[in-house]
Amino acid sequence: MSSARPIPPHFRKPLLETPFHERARELQQHDHFVAWAGYSTVDVFTTVEQEYFAVRNATTLYDLTPMVKYRVTGPEAERYLNRLVTRDVRKLKVGRVSYVVWCNDSGHIIDDGTVFRLGPQDFRICTAERQLDWFSDSAIGFDVAIDEVTSDIAALSVQGPTSCFVLKRFGLDGVERLRPFELGEFTVGGRPLLASRTGFTGDLGYELWMRPEHALSVWDELMTAGSTRGIRPIGSQALNMARIEAGFLLPNVDFVSAEHTVRVGRDRTPLELGLGWLVDFEKPHFNGRRALLAQHAQGVRRLLVGLDVAGNKPAHNALLYAEEAGEREVGSVTSAMWSPTCKRNIALAIIDAPHYRVGATVWADIYLNRELVWERRMAAARVVERPFFAPERRRATPPADR
Amino acid sequence: MSAASHRRHDVIVVGAGHNGLVAACYMARAGLDVLVLERNDYIGGAAVSRKLYQDFTYSNCSYVCSLLRPEIMRTLELPRFGLQIIPYEGGCTMMRDGGHLALYDNHDALRREIARHSPRDAEAYHRFSRDIIRQCKFIKPLLMREPPDPTSFKPRDLTELLYLGQRLNNVGEERMYDTIRFWTMSAADFLDEYFESEIVKAHFSGSSIIGTALGPRSPGSAYVLLHHYMGDIDETVGAWGFARGGMGAVTAALTASLQASGGAVRTAAPVEQVLIRNGRARGVVLASGEEIEAGTVVSNMDVKRTFLKAVAPEHLPEDFLTAVRRFKIRGSSGKLNIALDGLPSFPALPAGAPCVRGDMHITDTIEMMERAYDDWKEGRWSAAPYVDMLIPSQIDPTMAPDGKHYMSVFVQYCPYQLADGPWTDAKRQAFGATVIDAIARHSPDFKSLIRHAEIRTPWDIENEVGLTEGNIFQGELTMDQLLFNRPVPGYAQYRTPVKGLYLSGSSTHPGGGVMGAPGANAARRVLADLGRGGTR
Repeated sequence: MSSARPIPPHFRKPLLETPFHERARELQQHDHFVAWAGYSTVDVFTTVEQEYFAVRNATTLYDLTPMVKYRVTGPEAERYLNRLVTRDVRKLKVGRVSYVVWCNDSGHIIDDGTVFRLGPQDFRICTAERQLDWFSDSAIGFDVAIDEVTSDIAALSVQGPTSCFVLKRFGLDGVERLRPFELGEFTVGGRPLLASRTGFTGDLGYELWMRPEHALSVWDELMTAGSTRGIRPIGSQALNMARIEAGFLLPNVDFVSAEHTVRVGRDRTPLELGLGWLVDFEKPHFNGRRALLAQHAQGVRRLLVGLDVAGNKPAHNALLYAEEAGEREVGSVTSAMWSPTCKRNIALAIIDAPHYRVGATVWADIYLNRELVWERRMAAARVVERPFFAPERRRATPPADR
Repeated sequence: MSAASHRRHDVIVVGAGHNGLVAACYMARAGLDVLVLERNDYIGGAAVSRKLYQDFTYSNCSYVCSLLRPEIMRTLELPRFGLQIIPYEGGCTMMRDGGHLALYDNHDALRREIARHSPRDAEAYHRFSRDIIRQCKFIKPLLMREPPDPTSFKPRDLTELLYLGQRLNNVGEERMYDTIRFWTMSAADFLDEYFESEIVKAHFSGSSIIGTALGPRSPGSAYVLLHHYMGDIDETVGAWGFARGGMGAVTAALTASLQASGGAVRTAAPVEQVLIRNGRARGVVLASGEEIEAGTVVSNMDVKRTFLKAVAPEHLPEDFLTAVRRFKIRGSSGKLNIALDGLPSFPALPAGAPCVRGDMHITDTIEMMERAYDDWKEGRWSAAPYVDMLIPSQIDPTMAPDGKHYMSVFVQYCPYQLADGPWTDAKRQAFGATVIDAIARHSPDFKSLIRHAEIRTPWDIENEVGLTEGNIFQGELTMDQLLFNRPVPGYAQYRTPVKGLYLSGSSTHPGGGVMGAPGANAARRVLADLGRGGTR
């Protein structure tokens, strides 16, 4: 990092600061930072509501630097990754990004993430959790090098309907030609930048990857470029709302990594999380293939689904029952919110067979704290298709300016 | 306390160590008239606090607490009787090259610390913790239960075997393999499956040898490591803490709890023999010749001391006696208790790091640990010993005068019998000097701060505390001596071949450490046999 002041030892200051931290400290109004993957990060800058609507209405900046990043290089990088993840990496062209999951031998998800193909033998994987242990073990026998590069790259997510316009004005000439999951290399004011049309909001948006020393100047110029288009930094709470609407899963919220589960039955397979479309049985052997084939043949006993819950009270952590009387437990809610855009009370939930089929109704046991008096509601919840919100602009190429 | 001697008691407990007192408490609470007899003129056994020098309090034997079962603390109301366990944070290993590895409670600080030595190990630590917790989850519910006799068809044994089987079944096929491997492999092999850095492996293998006549490369040492993780403080798995006032606070609270339910402890009352008439225990004979009668005798002495010293062989089946003679209870640990004029400096540790308040070590490779074990095998104390040293007075204000410190140094390895003849005071001093020199290599001012040191060899521990060969666990924690094989096959249910004579010490399931579970389980067995409540 650029600053020259002495860094206190980790036992006094366990959390690292990202290259954008100086701006976060200036603009964050609550004197409150939260730990994310070893970094001090912002959960709310001003108000969650304003930040959320900026995602759906204008342009937002979200500091993505703590996302764990690995560089995978070498003659057998493609073969290695193809054994590691459940999708066919051979089909991933240079300059493209793919959303992937990887599993242990029993088909249980270790983590999800995105793979960037930077060159024929050069990949980057972005993950939620640290993976060096698993990645290194999996690399035995492959001519491949794996390096953690998290702190070498500053990452900024630029999301929202006006994000393409703001990036063009900032100087990313031709960014409008990037299709979803496509990468582009740019130079702005002498600063090399990698832009990918990716994001966690389900909206139009891009992620910028740059050298840490360029972080603050890029931030400042983006804020200037977006000043007429409602740009604002957002924290993880607003992002979380957007991602639930988009139906995206959050590790340790919607599922627990098989590397962390202590109790039997808490692991999840991609099929159980509704990510069967990421599993390619046509490609050569990959970790978890045999177990997933067996599960694919038998059908899953539980499934992560979207719920449309009656009423307007979010079904946070609710247990789900087969009937209104609340006798037979059939699952539980993992994420819930009132969707300001859809005007629906939505949730992600893991539900036992056969109650997980689209159109089925389960009952959510919701507890409400009303001025310190707890009340209980049984709300009907209908299993619905995900995502809850998927605007056309997220795919439009070139995107509109607003 | 001596008023009890002329009347017949329901139960006599031999030995006022923590398990004997736990057993006594449960039985007294069930309405029995219980008398605990203690050979020393102080209570506590190996859970004892003593003032041997000025106003310094030493935890003379056991020195930290984690395993004491919370259900025992709650049922016996030990907090009400003054027991307070304070967790300490982390620990460290200082390296010969001036480096160090510290453990921190903060997850991110810990990751960055391990990553200084190996980024991969920092991430593998997750998997290590996960697997330790998985194994603990399997074994913990077994602690407070009597192990079943696998050869018996009695309903209770079958039920318990079924329970054990279900637990194995519940952990799933993969994890069952892991469990069996875990219980039989060496700590070095186990740690190799997670870590690449020598210092990381050395640090975590420490708990696999504490109190054990095994090296880190001996099969079975991985279980000993797990044994040290089995405790928790307020649901933090594997956390260790100090008993406020030293480990004697545990037995002091138990004594107060016992007295509140009508039981009594008599000190300076060494039991010579268990009185046996018509094949049944009828009481005890003290060294003074005094006989004290009781319907039931619970021996908290280890299985060897009980049956090779306090019970005449004519009362015992030969197979049983042979098994008792073979029971492995090799002494391998020494202890130094040191009064310090001030806090020693440790230049390897960063200024202000909290690890100085945790357990500190100076063995930086598994190789070095194994060499220390080699010395023991040859009948010498380790030239470069493994130490588990703590300065509890940094946290517990009751241990030393203001500004002064008490340091507890547990030493591995030290033999019970030296190759060159019996222990002498000169040899004891030389052993102490070896340990002090080893620590002084990491602390230049350490020696100059020492005002008093109590040096204890396994021979001393046997003679003062009564633990055979000074083995801190009342018998080694190897698979052949665990569960239904502890202490000997066929007698794992706290009963003995002598009717009315029971065992309650760490020689029985689930073994050593200041856990209290053997005592609680033994009391439950006695009460069931007396028709006072079921086994559960």
